[in-house]
Amino acid sequence: MSELLNVPTMADFMAQGKQPEVLFWVGCAGSFDDRAKKITKAFVKLLNKAQVEFAVLGTEESCTGDPAKRAGNEFLFQMQAVTNIEVMNAYEIKKIVTACPHCFNTIKNEYPELGGNYEVLHHTQFLKSLLDDGRLTIEGGQFKGKRITFHDPCYLGRANNVYEAPRDLIKKLEAELIEMKNCKKDGLCCGAGGAQMFKDAEKGDKEVNIERTEQALDIKPEIIAAGCPFCNTMMTDGVKAKEKENEVPVMDIAELIANAQDL
Amino acid sequence: MDYITNILFAVLLFIGIGYFSKNVKKLSRNIKLGHDVDVSDNKSQRWKNMAMIALGQSKMVHRPIAGILHVIVYIGFIIINIEVLEIIIDGLFGTHRIGLSVLPVSVYGFLIGAFEVLAVLVLVSVIVFWIRRNILKIKRFWNKEMTSWPKNDANYILYFEVVLMSLFLIMNASDIHFQSMNSGNVISQFIAPWFSGFSESALHSMERTAWWFHIIGILIFLNYLYFSKHLHILLAFPNTFYGSVKPQGQFDNLEAVTKEVKMMMDPNVDPFAAPADNAEMPAKFGASDVQDLNWVQLLNAYTCTECGRCTSQCPANQTGKKLSPRKIMMDTRDRLEEVGKNIDANKGTFVDDGKQLLDNYITREELWACTSCNACVEACPVSINPLSIILDMRRYLVMEQSAAPTELNNMMTNIENNGAPWPYNQMDRLNWKNE
Ligand code: SF4
Ligand code: SF4
Repeated sequence: MSELLNVPTMADFMAQGKQPEVLFWVGCAGSFDDRAKKITKAFVKLLNKAQVEFAVLGTEESCTGDPAKRAGNEFLFQMQAVTNIEVMNAYEIKKIVTACPHCFNTIKNEYPELGGNYEVLHHTQFLKSLLDDGRLTIEGGQFKGKRITFHDPCYLGRANNVYEAPRDLIKKLEAELIEMKNCKKDGLCCGAGGAQMFKDAEKGDKEVNIERTEQALDIKPEIIAAGCPFCNTMMTDGVKAKEKENEVPVMDIAELIANAQDL
Repeated sequence: MDYITNILFAVLLFIGIGYFSKNVKKLSRNIKLGHDVDVSDNKSQRWKNMAMIALGQSKMVHRPIAGILHVIVYIGFIIINIEVLEIIIDGLFGTHRIGLSVLPVSVYGFLIGAFEVLAVLVLVSVIVFWIRRNILKIKRFWNKEMTSWPKNDANYILYFEVVLMSLFLIMNASDIHFQSMNSGNVISQFIAPWFSGFSESALHSMERTAWWFHIIGILIFLNYLYFSKHLHILLAFPNTFYGSVKPQGQFDNLEAVTKEVKMMMDPNVDPFAAPADNAEMPAKFGASDVQDLNWVQLLNAYTCTECGRCTSQCPANQTGKKLSPRKIMMDTRDRLEEVGKNIDANKGTFVDDGKQLLDNYITREELWACTSCNACVEACPVSINPLSIILDMRRYLVMEQSAAPTELNNMMTNIENNGAPWPYNQMDRLNWKNE
């Protein structure tokens, strides 16, 4: 299967004197986390299928600095930002797509002041545009008629007002999109943001991801859809804690679309 | 000799407004203790925000019951205050219902009639508010930071409204001349019969008493604002104007850090050169006390209505953690007041009192519980940003004190060494492709 993946790097393009259509910013989770790597691959399959000329930075990519910034380490954040911007500007990057809302938010909103100006899209927005341009077709396949709920990532939704692209894609699967009590602007965090992913929670009477998972399970979905590798982890853990992992899978939108077409 | 009342009125008005302006000055001085921040961008969006969020209360109606009742009280409050204009003119010049001599009876009657209806609507809303707070005990009004003063403050205002509205209606009901016009007494005509047994002079003194208490009440209310969460009826306007017009996910990039980073990364900079003039460097990174915050954050603190919408949406608070974004705002205001009083007591300079916002008010445990999810920012009906204060205080903890939780220090060391928050090698970043 993996030999089918075509993942050129910016260095490859450079060697051929070409520019890709878009840079796929994989992100740390997408590169290293076992669960998130599956999302990365699903997205790449879709890019390959739609014959998008994309490239990755590969070993030249480094953490955007998001968790450092939210933890309060502005120095480390800006060091990371400036390093990444130097690399991307050297390659004359214009357009970036990423499957991580944290990378998306940071590069889109916080890099420009530091000299990095790019058009940045979340992968659901990019997939939606491929669909609109007729470069990608989406079939319902195994998801036709399934009850799917979408958990809004804070850094995609509230932070950047992107609510519809992921929902439009779910609807395209001919699935039944159902909404949790708290959704869109009122969406409840999964508990991972602000560098919480990397530490234990403070003392309380519940974990945030359990609270959110309960809200999701309350409306009896067959699948919980996510658009962020960190939300994915948190929700997957939540579903496991509720012993529902065999009934209610947590899947990224890219995985849903790729799986529907048996990619 | 009738002038005595006019003079008395003028003196009262002078004292009431004078004391208020004194406190406004103090307020503005305290807000200016914060450092400067650029708010010159996107003026048109700012005006729009002020019109929509403060005047139009667009965020209030997100919770329909409280929102609509609040709109009624707000509109009622503003419109009925037109009546105060008449009271002030009458009081200063010894006239009675000056409106009647400048407006046709029908117009005057229509106005007062509208005020009377609003007064009743306000009364009803205020009673519902009181029930929600004290009988239904809606959760967000009973969190830990809602100690006795904030709770009382909220109730006092409700009582105030009841008294002011009642006085207004009684004043109209006992005004024989006004009742005999039978124009505009839509509500008070039903109250007038209660006093039917009273003599004319008794009615007159009743009307006068209600009139005096009404204006005195309003002056007291005006002066109470400075000490109350009700400052928001004034500050909501500047606060929504100066609130952020950037995407919520965009946190500010500390300029001082940018300079240092640029220098470190610039190969042309001589590392052994004398350090650039330190005058430009801020005294410290991040915030440990109110003076380290910017003035918009301090304005935020004074504007907070203590409604708790932020806290009720906060994932940390919902799951029992100590963090409450409302408390962040209340603590900031309390500390700012304390610093202000310190300055007053020490002839205009702040004398170290061994306290600060961090630890003495806001604990580290609260700060580290935040997921930076922006739910509080989204929920606030007056564009307050508690998250920005949390972030600035984290910056102080990390950059000045290296006091991050151990796990976060590990995460940051990983980023520094491997370019990822986990201990993986950057050279392995593309391995997924072949797995
Ligand atoms: S940003 Fe922090 S304080 Fe605000 S709601 Fe989210 S977790 Fe709570
Ligand atoms: S910060 Fe805003 S939402 Fe929170 S209590 Fe104050 S006014 Fe209400």
